[in-house]
Amino acid sequence: MRQFIQGIAENSHYQATHLLQILRRIQSRYHYIPEAAIEQLSGLLNIPRTQIIGVAEFYSFFHLVPRGQYELLISDSITDHMLGKKSLLDYLAKKLDVAVGEVREDGVVSLDNTSCTGMCDQGPAGLVNGLALTRLDQSGIDKIAELINQQKPLGEWPEELFQVDDNIYKSGLLLNQQIEQGAALRSAFKRGIKETLKEIDYSGLRGRGGAGFKTAIKWQFCSEEQQTERYVVCNADEGEPGTFKDRVLLNAYADQVFEGMTVCAAIIGAKQGFLYLRGEYLHLYDKLQSILAQRRQNSLLGNNILDTGLDFDIEICLGAGAYICGEESALIESLEGKAGIPRNRPPYPVTQGYLGKPTVVNNVETFLAAAGIAVNGSDWFANIGTEKSKGTKILSISGDCVRPGIYEYPFGTIIQTVLNDCGADDVLGVQVGGPSGTFISNQEFDRKLAFEDLATGGSFIIFNSSRNILDMVHNFAHFFAHESCGFCTPCRVGTSLLQKQIDKIVEGHGSAGDVVALEKLCQLVKNYSHCGLGQTAANPILTTLERYPDLYQSRLKEISFEPGFDLDGALETARRMANRDDAGAHLAQTDASGSRPVASLPPSMAVGE
Amino acid sequence: MSKTITIDGKVIPFEDGQTIMDAAMAAGVYIPHLCHQPEFTPHGSCKLCTVKVNGRNCSACTYPAMDGQEVLNETQELIDDRKRITQMLFVEGNHLCPGCEKTGNCQLQAVAYHLNMLDNHFPAFYPEREVDASHPEVMIDHNRCIFCTLCVRASHEKDGKDVFAISGRGIHKHLIVNAESGLLKDTDMAATDHAAHICPTGAILIKRTGYQVPIGERIYDHKEIDQVSLAASGSRLVAALPPSMAVGTENIKNGE
Repeated sequence: MRQFIQGIAENSHYQATHLLQILRRIQSRYHYIPEAAIEQLSGLLNIPRTQIIGVAEFYSFFHLVPRGQYELLISDSITDHMLGKKSLLDYLAKKLDVAVGEVREDGVVSLDNTSCTGMCDQGPAGLVNGLALTRLDQSGIDKIAELINQQKPLGEWPEELFQVDDNIYKSGLLLNQQIEQGAALRSAFKRGIKETLKEIDYSGLRGRGGAGFKTAIKWQFCSEEQQTERYVVCNADEGEPGTFKDRVLLNAYADQVFEGMTVCAAIIGAKQGFLYLRGEYLHLYDKLQSILAQRRQNSLLGNNILDTGLDFDIEICLGAGAYICGEESALIESLEGKAGIPRNRPPYPVTQGYLGKPTVVNNVETFLAAAGIAVNGSDWFANIGTEKSKGTKILSISGDCVRPGIYEYPFGTIIQTVLNDCGADDVLGVQVGGPSGTFISNQEFDRKLAFEDLATGGSFIIFNSSRNILDMVHNFAHFFAHESCGFCTPCRVGTSLLQKQIDKIVEGHGSAGDVVALEKLCQLVKNYSHCGLGQTAANPILTTLERYPDLYQSRLKEISFEPGFDLDGALETARRMANRDDAGAHLAQTDASGSRPVASLPPSMAVGE
Repeated sequence: MSKTITIDGKVIPFEDGQTIMDAAMAAGVYIPHLCHQPEFTPHGSCKLCTVKVNGRNCSACTYPAMDGQEVLNETQELIDDRKRITQMLFVEGNHLCPGCEKTGNCQLQAVAYHLNMLDNHFPAFYPEREVDASHPEVMIDHNRCIFCTLCVRASHEKDGKDVFAISGRGIHKHLIVNAESGLLKDTDMAATDHAAHICPTGAILIKRTGYQVPIGERIYDHKEIDQVSLAASGSRLVAALPPSMAVGTENIKNGE
């Protein structure tokens, strides 16, 4: 092991900024981060061991205790649940003889849940040692169980288990046009770099991550900074449950994305770029590396690009399972080899980003659009869309529809059009923009996709009338509590309190006042959290509470008193110690009249009898 | 004319580079806080110092003062919400004041009193956390840690060590120490370290100094935290010490 770690540290030039990538390799080889590796790395990278432990314990894909040689993770997105994930997971656990969250005794396999893996159009999905598994069903699971029990290397597993389809059903401005490699750069240099920035400005392009900051302004701010060392970062950490468009863009349009980054580098004067690729998209890594290599060969990356004097290269950094790293300053922290904790702002990344230097962070789709604008000019883009939202938006559509996949629409398109195209009937509502977005009911399908109405990063999850909205809310509440970075009090504690309160209501333990308490807590988390995660974590509750108040009220018990915790659950330790599990050792939450807890204990022990 | 902001209508001067908290403290305006100490890099995590700046919520300890800002600090809404945030800190850990040596000297407790917190409001988490009493002079009671990172910053910035770090994610955050064993005794921690005296709660205590100052005669037994905090920041001499050490020489002798 010493030699292995020495080798990867050396390959990383002993830079602590590479810690995440180093830990990824150690986890992949040993299926955990051994104590000895931490000690050795601490010396090699010259950082305290606490920093390494802090990173290892922050990201979901790192473990300080051994996982199985086959690390199986099953996606816990609401869309996977809608496709029968729960029973599949139970089946898998039984088949492999391992409990969810555990490692099998022989150490061969471990099984757990993981946040949405970005395969919502082809779920239920999962990961095995980081590689995407799609369209899981019973026969697929039988196969997987057999392969694992035979300890077959992943390379020998049938390819269809790992098959990822693009599922592009509707192309528009961006997806229709495959730009020739190098065309955007040639156009940009021919037109002039300053003029190209002007074109991007005139095009009205706004960030495609959802927040919608004007791209040209961001690039201009960065280019005007005093510091001359600047960076371009492409945010491909699309962790919002229900979104998968970046996966498709990087599979089918990667050249254009890299080209957009290079145009940006020319404009802001950056020499180094990063593609921060979410760990769940490991399956794209080799392909993307070979595209980068090809671009270097064709003088589209590296020194003196196309003989223009521009020096720029792109490095791919993989994430390790943390939704928060989609937040740009958390992403930068992660790029620096640290836990993904959002920074205090100001300063903003355009002034102090990666290593404290001016940095542009943009979404995959933004760079794709910028490359298109560099080739075709601003009018091509600005002639489509609405006044404040120019161009098109690429949607990741999943849930209850006939054709889940990728759809590109001009901004201003109404929701009903989208539903018609993807074959969605009997729709109850749509979660637009993922859990952090907005739930709209079937009374609102004339609303528009646009920054001025429904702003979205692209996640579009459809629910038909057979679905229970509270199941969705419950899933999202658990998601945010799991993904909160824990930096600030309102989000760290608040998302866990929201989870508890939703559990209480959904499980039927809520009583009068609990919905009011829930709403107040939502406001607190929303108004006081440090970053977008906490500020939007209550959205699923707030937007559904606004539309379906009766649904929440209907779950409440009509009683004056309800214990704030699970009485029977609290007796578990006592039962274990007393070695009993008879009826008398259990406690109902309330008596029939609902007035107080009731014990089925012997009279001598029953409280207050 | 120097630049100014207003806090609750009161005009307050500031210098470039100052945060809203810096300007407020210098002008004798108290903004509740727990993760902030003027001598360390602001952290902005406890969110108790949230103020409304031109209508938007900002952390006073990290947000730069800018000419003409209208800051709201003591509105009923902010006071109520700060109380709720404090209650979150209480339910997240195991804060049992009557049995804690820090009672009366505890900033978490004092802020709670200041905000008129009379109950937990939220259901308690009762997490299972450990006590590290391995070190001969200093102990850690993880039950009381609020992840303010003051000990992390003090150890790094003042003591030139890296004894502490915060690890984990979300509600599973926890304080770790820099030793292979994970125990404080195997770190280079000393009772004279700044980090040993900076904890705003009773999570880091000096051994064998307990109850030398009787309950009833402690820092916050007779003074509210706003007075203590402002007095500490008002004098350069005491500003170099955390408030818990800065009030009277008695406390320093007692190692409080």
